[in-house]
Amino acid sequence: MVRAAAASVAALLAGCAPQAGDGTAPGSPGPGASEESITVVSYGGSYARACVLGYHESFTEETGIRVDLEDFNGGLAQIRAQVEAGAVHWDVVDLGVADTITGCDEGVLELIEPELLPPGPNGEPPADDFLPETNTECGVGTLLYSTIYAYNPETLPGPAPATLADFFDLERFPGRRGMQRKPEANLEFALMANGVPKERIYELLGTEEGLDRAFRKLDTIKDDVVWWEAGAQPPQLLADGEVIMSTAWNGRIFNAQVLEDQPFVIVWDGQVMDRGQLVVVAGTPHLEGALRFMRHAARSESMAGVGKYIAYSPARRSGQALIDRHAETGTEMWPHMPTNPANMKNFLMSDWEWWADHRDEMQERFAAWLAR
Amino acid sequence: MGPRLRAAGLALPLVAFVSVTFLGPMVNLLTKSFYDPEVADALPETMAALRDWDGQGTPSDEAFAATAREFVAARTERTLGRTANRVNRVASGMRSTIMGGSREMAEAAAVAEDAGVEMGGAFWRETMIGIDSRWGGPEPWRALRAAGQRLTARHYLKALDFERGPDGGYQRAPEAWRIYVPLFWRTFLVSLGVTLLCLVIGYPVAHMIANSPPKRANVLLLLVLLPFWTSLLVRTTSWIVLLQNQGIVNDFLVAIGLIGDDGRIAMIYNMTGTFVAMTHVLLPFLVLPLYSVMRAIPPAYMNAAVSLGATPFQALRRVYWPQTLPGVGAGCLLTFILAIGYYITPALVGGQSGQLISNMIAYHVQTSLNWGLAAALAALLLGGVTLLYVVYDRLVGIDRIGLG
Amino acid sequence: MMVGGALSPGYRVARWGYLAFCVAAFVFLIAPILVLVPLSFNAEPYFTFTEGMLRLDPEAYSLRWYRSILDGDEWTRPLANSLIIGISATVVATVLGAAAALGLAHPAMPGRKIVTALLISPMITPVIIAGVGMFFFYSSLGLAQTHVGIILAHAVFGAPFVVITVSATLAGFDWTVMRAAANLGANPLVAFRRVQLPLILPGVISGSLFAFAASFDELVIVLFMGGLEQRTLPRQMWSGIREEISPTILAVATFLIVFALLALSTVEWLRRRGASGGQRAG
Repeated sequence: MVRAAAASVAALLAGCAPQAGDGTAPGSPGPGASEESITVVSYGGSYARACVLGYHESFTEETGIRVDLEDFNGGLAQIRAQVEAGAVHWDVVDLGVADTITGCDEGVLELIEPELLPPGPNGEPPADDFLPETNTECGVGTLLYSTIYAYNPETLPGPAPATLADFFDLERFPGRRGMQRKPEANLEFALMANGVPKERIYELLGTEEGLDRAFRKLDTIKDDVVWWEAGAQPPQLLADGEVIMSTAWNGRIFNAQVLEDQPFVIVWDGQVMDRGQLVVVAGTPHLEGALRFMRHAARSESMAGVGKYIAYSPARRSGQALIDRHAETGTEMWPHMPTNPANMKNFLMSDWEWWADHRDEMQERFAAWLAR
Repeated sequence: MGPRLRAAGLALPLVAFVSVTFLGPMVNLLTKSFYDPEVADALPETMAALRDWDGQGTPSDEAFAATAREFVAARTERTLGRTANRVNRVASGMRSTIMGGSREMAEAAAVAEDAGVEMGGAFWRETMIGIDSRWGGPEPWRALRAAGQRLTARHYLKALDFERGPDGGYQRAPEAWRIYVPLFWRTFLVSLGVTLLCLVIGYPVAHMIANSPPKRANVLLLLVLLPFWTSLLVRTTSWIVLLQNQGIVNDFLVAIGLIGDDGRIAMIYNMTGTFVAMTHVLLPFLVLPLYSVMRAIPPAYMNAAVSLGATPFQALRRVYWPQTLPGVGAGCLLTFILAIGYYITPALVGGQSGQLISNMIAYHVQTSLNWGLAAALAALLLGGVTLLYVVYDRLVGIDRIGLG
Repeated sequence: MMVGGALSPGYRVARWGYLAFCVAAFVFLIAPILVLVPLSFNAEPYFTFTEGMLRLDPEAYSLRWYRSILDGDEWTRPLANSLIIGISATVVATVLGAAAALGLAHPAMPGRKIVTALLISPMITPVIIAGVGMFFFYSSLGLAQTHVGIILAHAVFGAPFVVITVSATLAGFDWTVMRAAANLGANPLVAFRRVQLPLILPGVISGSLFAFAASFDELVIVLFMGGLEQRTLPRQMWSGIREEISPTILAVATFLIVFALLALSTVEWLRRRGASGGQRAG
């Protein structure tokens, strides 16, 4: 499925990229310009598709720069390796904010001048228009997304789960659960389900007792967990009946709902919200094209363009104001957004600073726990 | 030119080539496991100022000033993040202490410069403790000093699940943090299990090939050699196709009614998958040396034993088996050593429970980028393998290892 | 074969058990490989035999996955990379390995045991260790993410195969022949070409085939050191398997099985020729 999606995205790109010597295509730039291209790395699947349709296409139309899309599953490792080897193949990367902070400190990402950011559609100055903490020194905030859990009522008959605690309740909801194979969000889920107030989550995770408590909670369902890595997997696991419920990125579940008519239901209780950013890899040979791409992506219209295809919320207020309906099915988008107050009754904002500090040891501890 | 020189001259190019392209990397690997100059090189003045500190209370004013200067300079160069990451591995939480602290130190320095205040040791002591009270205690300084040691055993300690106690001594890590020793054990046991399984399957197979008429023996040998020559990826793919949930074996079992459609057996992405696929991949490495030994055993021995009144089982155990021991030894050693370094197969079909130490090494090389730890883990594995070779050489003689 | 107890019923049961066990073992060895071949012609994107396939309905079979190999450069570029790397590494390994084997086989070779151990060591070191070491070392030399780095690594893994196969052809070689040739006035090169080369040639060819096959199938080094530009066939299969197996992989796998068959037949043919030649000489 990842592959099929990647292929369709490639086909879309091929369709919109100006062919050499093809002067008849509407909006096609002059010959010569079509040679330039940049490599943009993102999470594949329906999210990548939303980005292509939402603003990559308009970028190529405006500038004549082709966008080559590559998939990855997040993290700084490949960026560090490329910068260290002096062979940078990636130009723009879609990263979580904890990673952009770390990468920026290490000098593997380009600094982004605030002047790069364009004003909003009505001239809103970017400094006020971007939501707080969405931009960092090296990262341009594009969206807010959530890790939630969802279930498939067709394979989970009977009473419907409604709270985060239900995800951990094997007695009332026996069956396998999908979870992402990394500590991020899972540790928070465990403590929240264990009744820890959300203001104290990170404080508690910083202590050995708190950490033990989180892992003990995870222990209770460990034998019934199917671990996923790529964002496209949870909808697949739910559809195949491999699991009765799964944590997932909210947009992926939304797309399965509207595009594949899946009956999945999202449980918003205890959602962990995080910010998605775009960064430029330090030392890219296509710096100019990459920066033009960043400027284009930072437009409110671009963010709202993504929000026309997948339920991720723009990082700019003026972008959020542009959200209306799903471009293909006409579904109202706002009820499905993680930033809709109705969905934010009990939510946690991921603490990037805590994760930047503790990522390494948490991954180690998580690996030790998994291997046990 | 004498024959000695000529012979040596012929071998020399490859010796030089192997030394540079293989021995060099191995030496480099071992070095990396105990030599880690990065923090020391990044913060030379800090390390010099911390050298005479007794580890109690706080260090000298001079150390405060040197640290602040180097933090602020490295921050401007955007190299501090790497250093902070290294120190964070020694004591977690240091990343934000350093990064967050250095931001405020830079601001304080700018303010002080404008005001014409002299930025000496006393100034920095007060400023740094004001920014983050942790600088007023010994922990961050100990962490800095430990990370700044060029020669260090900390990667090995970590690889053996040891840690530094609060008193500076060494102690086993708490149960929940022990990961590598259990993984080494698992790797050892899986490799042993796979080797034994290969031996149990391979012994009769090699015997049959060795005792078949030449034409049939050739055909049977082909059945062993084809998997041997077929790409590892191809064989792994085929096990996925066969064993996965919607795979051929499960489909077959459902079709003949042995299991229900909802009772499909999980045979892959777990330890079973690792075991089956590894056994298949490694079986030829045991069959081939066994076969070459068995082929040389005259059938007359067995016949003689039996005609002297031994039962076939006795003859097998007392006469045949001892003669095949060199082949058994060589084959098992080769299989075991290949198994212990296996990476691709467990990574593809092992799921979470089927991961081995090599997967952890790869993780630290590629994802966590903790190269010192990866080097220490690899060095420990290399030590184990070398030990095996030495023992084997004493018992059997190493020159019996060949292509079979 | 085994006389004496042949009549006892216990022996007969054991014998049938032995036969059944061996047949099962051979099926275990070969079936996983053969099962991929028909599946690669599946008209549907499934990894299992469809009803149509079992009925041998021609409609159920197609070449679509083979066509998709040739579509775009998803597989053709990795194939080209694999060939470039494999052939270059094989040339280096063969030249150096054959020369070293000649030196090692000479009775006057000093320190034979230790030199052999050194030359064979890349082959018997667990590949994960070698891979990590080479990655650190080569990236510090700026050779990571280059073809050259991978070629060097593959060459050093391939050379032991050549050393071993060529050494085998020289076992029992009568070195006085070379001295006689020299005494008769032949220069060493001529003596080598006329006497030794024909003898070692089968060993050189099968050794280089081993070396090529080892490079063609190598993945750990490529995973650590290869960048986007060095994607080889195994590397491409790796990401295919990790993400989601597309049936195209089965077509590529079938291609690799055919390659294995060809390499195997060549080596076997050379071995028999070498063996019968040896018999004639003996």
